[in-house]
Parts: sequence; structure tokens; C-alpha cells
Amino acid sequence: MAFLDLSQLNKSFGPNHVVKDFDLSIAQGEFVSLLGPSGCGKTTVLRMVAGFETPSSGAIRIDGQDMTHLRPNQRNIGMVFQAYALFPNLTVAQNVAFGLKVAGVARAETQTRVDEMLALIGLPDLGGRYPYQLSGGQQQRVALARALAVRPKVLLLDEPLSALDAKIRASLRREIRAIQQRLGITTIFVTHDQEEALSMSDRVVVMNGGRADQIGTPFEIYNTPATRFVAGFVGTLNTFQAVVTDPATGTVTLGDTPIALHRPVDAAAGTTVTLAMRPETATLGIGEPGDVVLRARISDVQFLGAIIRVTADLGGDSLTLDTFNRASTPPPDVGAPVTISMPPAGLVVLVA
Amino acid sequence: MTKFLAWTAILLGCLYFALPMIGMAEFSLSMRRDAYSLDAYRVVLADPRFQATFLFSLAMALVTIVFGVLLVVPTAVWVQLKMPRLRPVVEFITLLPLVIPAIVIVFGYIRLYNTSGWLPLTGSVTGTNILLMFGYATLALPYMYRAVDTGLRTVDVATLTEAAQSLGAGWLRIMATVILPNVLGAVLSGAFLTLAIVIGEFTMAALLDRPAFGPYMQVLGANRAYEPAALAVIAFAITWVCMGLIGTIARLSKHKGA
Ligand SMILES: Nc1ncnc2c1ncn2[C@@H]1O[C@H](COP(=O)(O)OP(=O)(O)OP(=O)(O)O)[C@@H](O)[C@H]1O
Ligand SMILES: [Mg+2]
Repeated sequence: MAFLDLSQLNKSFGPNHVVKDFDLSIAQGEFVSLLGPSGCGKTTVLRMVAGFETPSSGAIRIDGQDMTHLRPNQRNIGMVFQAYALFPNLTVAQNVAFGLKVAGVARAETQTRVDEMLALIGLPDLGGRYPYQLSGGQQQRVALARALAVRPKVLLLDEPLSALDAKIRASLRREIRAIQQRLGITTIFVTHDQEEALSMSDRVVVMNGGRADQIGTPFEIYNTPATRFVAGFVGTLNTFQAVVTDPATGTVTLGDTPIALHRPVDAAAGTTVTLAMRPETATLGIGEPGDVVLRARISDVQFLGAIIRVTADLGGDSLTLDTFNRASTPPPDVGAPVTISMPPAGLVVLVA
Repeated sequence: MTKFLAWTAILLGCLYFALPMIGMAEFSLSMRRDAYSLDAYRVVLADPRFQATFLFSLAMALVTIVFGVLLVVPTAVWVQLKMPRLRPVVEFITLLPLVIPAIVIVFGYIRLYNTSGWLPLTGSVTGTNILLMFGYATLALPYMYRAVDTGLRTVDVATLTEAAQSLGAGWLRIMATVILPNVLGAVLSGAFLTLAIVIGEFTMAALLDRPAFGPYMQVLGANRAYEPAALAVIAFAITWVCMGLIGTIARLSKHKGA
């Protein structure tokens, strides 16, 4: 049975139905991200797990125990906030010790645990400082240590990195994941940054308008998006309108180019479907035998370092593709005609 | 030109405030006919009624402060966290003592709590003192509430409370170890304002017939010449010390906190 089980959670604020029939089962030690645009209800789900909001209906179970109506201070759930929320009147060590003191842990053991936690977050010497004497990244690490010191059953993080600058964000991301794996703590991480969600998580929940659109591993979410929303929200995506000519063999026409998908399409002949494609699926030039080949004209070239992002005009539709930078081949010129090829499997059909 | 006008205005303002005080201070030093002396101060400070009434008012002020803090801090936190829509209502209520004269309040008290009322507080000394304390707390409410409310706005009470809750803390502990220490500066400035109000208050103490500092000043003023001036200077000094303490504490808490 799942360690953390959310079943049929609903939450309304007055007439505003914010979380709808939300189901999620998380195994012990798993790291799950809630990913979605602003206002889709991520924080609300997290706050219901923490006990700061009461679900309008549904149940929350942790380790077999029904938590739905327990008060936040009875749940033993660690929480890390976007704004750090360290107690400004307490030192780093006192902040980390706060939960232990509440729990009545003996002084000597508290001291050991605090030292352990400060070592874990790599700030063993900063116990005597006050929060305002720390950088944002350090404060957030202390907040993590404070949440973990009481050995909570579940760790919740609500956009913990979004107040930090890009470099620290990337390193702290790896650090949080490493600590989570070392402690084996069941974690829910809320973010609207897809890169964060994909790089850190065992599984990702993509939320849209209060619902879970798709729950899957980062690989599944990225490569086989279940809905048009997931496809569009996660990663960059090219979409084209194509007309189905033969659903059985999977032939569609894009403009006047026939494309053989080599798999049945779940739509009647003559209907318009959306073809979706990731930028890294396509290559410039002739690819493998069996590839779909399109003719286009380069309309934009962005040199991003390791990757070159090329936008090509397909006579109406535009297509973005990524190629690796090679010192031997300079990027193509804007306006040049090109051939673009891609494996048929890389084209996902989203039935409208 | 505008600079000249500005400085003139400032100078006039200063004179407006300073002249009466200088006059008063000068007068308080003139008890001896031929030379300045501290005789008036000596007389005042040696008067056992001065000491008794001052200590009484000081004690009343401390009790009022404790009561005010216990009343205002949880209320302000509650309004901020749970009932932000009630904020205008609560602000209006806390402003009422500024528009309702103290004499009206104390007459209301006497009507309600006299010896033939349902709760005869005026029947005993302790009861009357409690009533007086309630009256003082009411008078200080606008200042106490505003100070605490401003202090609460400088810290993210909602998130800090939630952080403490998720670490297992209950409300009492959150109030005592998370909220109070972080609004201590504000609470203290509210406390010193309360102190200044209570020390100088006349109406309530006189009508409830308690031996407070305000009525003593009045009695002295009606019967003596130089001593009241000395007393007024002492009262000013106390107020200024309070103001200085507010400033110092505000600065210190800024250094330490947030
Ligand atoms: N206490 C509240 N009262 C009324 N409406 C609320 C409350 N909290 C959240 N909402 C509404 O619920 C919706 C979802 O909010 P939520 O904070 O869960 O979004 P989110 O996915 O975390 O967004 P973001 O990425 O911006 O943090 C929003 O439309 C918000 O306005
Ligand atoms: Mg949010």
C-alpha cells in the first residue's frame, strides 16, 4: 500500500473550485513533484497535506493513518516555504532545534541532532548566526535542516528555490535531491519550473486547473504526454495541423506533404489532428531511412552554446529544432533552404 | 527664499513649543527670591504623597501594560491571520477611546459597576483598581493596537506561524516564542506610550477616587505656586525618557531582527 495516499481531494474557496478530484499515491521514499502553471492549485494541495487547509471532501492518509482532520501540529510533516520563514529572533542552531524543543527532546540529544543537520546541509559553522546574516541559499538550507530535524514522515517543499538566482537554484536542486535520497524521506515538491520537476523527481504530477492531468516519471511525461496541456506545458513543442488521409495505416498530410506514421491513428479520414514534436527529435539534413522528410527555409538561428536552436518555415507552419553544436559545422544561414528529417515515432498525434 | 520661509516656520514652531517649557522650568527654579534653586524639586520629591501616588500610578501602568499586551497581541494576530476582513471594524473600535471622552467612559463604568449594579466592582478597593485598570487599558488601546499592528506587519506572521505549527508547536508556544519576540519592539513602544498616558491621567482616577499621580498634580497645582511647575518638569522628563527608550528599542530591534 502507498505510504502517502490522497484520494478524491476537493477544495473550494467559496464558489471557487480550486482542487478537483485529486488522486495521488506516493511510495515511501519517493520524490514527487507537483508541476503546473500559476493558480492551478499546487500550493492548495500541499497545504491540505500539511493541514493548513481542510479539504472540502476526500481523504489524506499517511502510513495507513487518516490525517484528514488532524491539526498541522499533530501531523509530523516537515514544510519548507518559498520565503524561508526562519524565525528572525533565533539563531540558526535555535531555528533547527525549534521542533526538537517542542517535542521535548533532551538537551544533549538536541545538540547532537542540530550538529548533524547543520553538517548535512553543509553549514556546520554557522549555528551561531542569525537568519539576516545568511544569504538566501543558506537560509533555505537552514529551513530544510529545521524541517528535517524532527524526522518528519513526509517533507513538503513549496517552490523553495524560486526566490534564488539561477546558479544557486541549480546547485541547491541537486543538494536537496541528494539529501532526500540519503534520508529516504517521502517528499512532495511544488514548482512551476519544469526543468526543476523533471530533473529532481521520481515522478511528476502535471496539474491543470485543479486536476492532475498526468502522473508519471519525467521520461513518460516528457516523451508521451497524455494531454495537449501536458505536451504544451512540459518542454518546448512544435505543433502542426495535419489532415488524416488513411487512419488504418496512419497516413496524414501536412500542407501537401504526405507523412507515413506507420501506426493507426484514432481519428476518421478527413479530420484535422494536431501533430506534436519535440525540438530535439528533428535533424537537419537527410536522416535515417524511413524518416519523415520535410523541406523548409531557415527563419531564425539561436546559438545557445552546446545547442543550436533553429527555427524553420514550412510554408506557413514554423518548426523549431535543436542540433548539437559542432566546431566543424557552423550554424546554417537565415534564409537558406534546408531538409529536415525526423523518425515517425517522434511525431505524437494529439486528437483535438 | 523658500528655504528662508521653511526655516522661519521651523523656528516659530520650536519657539511655540519651547517657550512655555522654558518659562515653566525657569519658574520652577525660582522658589528662592534672590537666586535659582532646586528648592521646589526638593519639596516635591520629599512629599510622601508624591512618592505614594507616583508608585501607585506606576504599578497601575505596569498592570495595564500586561493586560493590554495580553488583550491586544492575540487580537491583532487573530485579525491578521484569520479575519483580515474584520480589520477595519477592529481598527474602528480601537479608535473609539479617542472620540469618547474619558469622563463618559468612567461615568458609564460607575453606572454599570456601582454597589447596586450586577457586578459591584466599586464596592472594594481592589475592584475599583481593576476598574481603573480597565479604563486605562481603554485609553491606551488606540496606541497599543496601532503599535502592535504595525509591528506585526513587518514580520510575515502567517508563514512563521505555519512554520512553527508544522514543527509541532501549539498556539501558546507560537505566541510566546515566535510572535511576541518578533514584535517586542512594537509592544515595548506601545507599553511606554501606555506608561506615559497612565502616569498623567486625571479624570478616571479622580472620579474613581484613587490616589493616583494625576489627581495629586491637580491638588498640588491648586494649592501651591512653584511646586506644580517642578512637578510638571518631572512629568515631562519621565515622558521624554519613555520616548527615548522607545527610539532606542526600535533601533536595537531593527539591528537584531529581520
Ligand atoms: N485562502 C484562499 N482563499 C481564496 N482563494 C484562494 C485561497 N488560496 C488560494 N486560492 C485560490 O486558489 C487557486 C489556486 O491557488 P494555489 O495557491 O493553490 O495556486 P498555485 O498552483 O500554488 O499557484 P502559484 O504557482 O502561483 O503558487 C487560485 O486561484 C487562488 O486564487
Ligand atoms: Mg503556490
